[in-house]
Amino acid sequence: MNAISFRNVTKGFSRHSGQQLLQQHLKRLITGKVPELFYALRDVSFDVPAGEGLAIIGANGAGKSTLLGITAGLAKPTSGTIEVKGRVAALLELGSGFHPDLTGGENVMLNASLMGLTERQAKRQFDEIVDFSGVREFIGEPLRTYSSGMVVRLAFSVAVNLDPDILIIDEVLAVGDAAFQAKSFEKIMQLRRAGKTFLCVSHSRDMLADICDHALWLEHGRTMMAGGFDQVFREYSDQSVPA
Amino acid sequence: MWQGDLRFVLKSLILKDFRIRYRNMSLGVFWSLLNPSVMMLVMTFVFTKILPSSRPNFPVFVLCGLIPFSFFTIAWLSGTTSLIDNAGLIKKVRVPREVFPIAAVLSNCLHLVIQVALLLSIALFSGMHVTPRWLWLPLIWVLEVAFTCGLALGFSVLNVFIRDTRYVVESANTVLFWLVPIFYPFEAIPARFKNLYQYNPIAALVLAMRQVILDDTAPSASIMMKAGIVTLVAIGGGWLLFRQLKPRLYDYL
Repeated sequence: MNAISFRNVTKGFSRHSGQQLLQQHLKRLITGKVPELFYALRDVSFDVPAGEGLAIIGANGAGKSTLLGITAGLAKPTSGTIEVKGRVAALLELGSGFHPDLTGGENVMLNASLMGLTERQAKRQFDEIVDFSGVREFIGEPLRTYSSGMVVRLAFSVAVNLDPDILIIDEVLAVGDAAFQAKSFEKIMQLRRAGKTFLCVSHSRDMLADICDHALWLEHGRTMMAGGFDQVFREYSDQSVPA
Repeated sequence: MWQGDLRFVLKSLILKDFRIRYRNMSLGVFWSLLNPSVMMLVMTFVFTKILPSSRPNFPVFVLCGLIPFSFFTIAWLSGTTSLIDNAGLIKKVRVPREVFPIAAVLSNCLHLVIQVALLLSIALFSGMHVTPRWLWLPLIWVLEVAFTCGLALGFSVLNVFIRDTRYVVESANTVLFWLVPIFYPFEAIPARFKNLYQYNPIAALVLAMRQVILDDTAPSASIMMKAGIVTLVAIGGGWLLFRQLKPRLYDYL
């Protein structure tokens, strides 16, 4: 069974969509010009069977984050179909909604609510989350007094306690000091062994190698190569780092 | 897709607003009282000493106008900008997007409650009494909050696609100060405008509050009907617009 499946997915953004002023709408209405589209993904197809891991690799601007955003249900594809089966935790950013003036504990509850935990679950897991982060001593202090390492540790701890079927991870694995990195990696591997499905983006090969069986190499929104992790990564490294 | 708990998210976002707002103010809740109190004193001074009005209980009269008006303007504006203020979250978290404008409006309710407490204390102090008619008041405020939520839904998505929207809202609020009977009585409005006036739910609710608190009568049925209808239209329209534009939010934020 496939946990994630993409069929001929294309995603276009209209250019200059960041600047939405009345003036531009009027101009468009009068001239009848449809803004030209910029394609972040073109005709991408792949499947991730349940319990496996797929790494998305490629240079900056290849369309990796757009692909994750579409999988997480944040954006709709311009054409093509996607299917995602199971509860998804999209760790596209650590500490969504964190605010410096709230205490560590208040931020945990806020972040947990946004990530999709119910109030009961959040309260039940609160101690586990705080213990995992290792910042219990400061949990009642405002977040702005934390070091940046402590903030990401707290954020990561909420994220890995979500208990999803599918984890979508965008470069958020290497956080904290060496000891915490080892601990968080062990936690991820635990989830991996428990049969969770992974969709990962990272520029660190080592991080991906243990989690992902397959890889998909994107360039300018097109699939360059898809297949076994080692094979795709070898080709990718050969091309991007000329000998 | 998102299996979270909508009430928990709403509660968390509202709590966040409260905490941030009140933790950084040494005087806390006192600030909620200061603004309407000062405005009330200034207006009472102007309309009893400079342009004398024959209204008895002018402070209560003017607060009945100021409080719903200031709640409305602040909540409408913060609702309008809520999606852009939370753009980071919308691009990263699968939370239903409706929670942002709704939470922005509801966060201002504590403000409203504190100011209403001020109004009622001054009313009691000025010799008015609690009567069964006061049971109408919660309904009036619920209508106001619901109407503002409807507007916030619609304007928040508009503001993403047309960024000038927030300036339209700001200007409308300035104009509205004069078009809501805050410092003049409803009776002073020429008869041919009166009907139209009641379709402005903020004006209608000010009027209803004055009928209850100052005149000790039930608010007139026609006013409540009109306010109810306009509220339903605002919620329905806002919700439809939001639903229509929601799928494209990611691309435009």
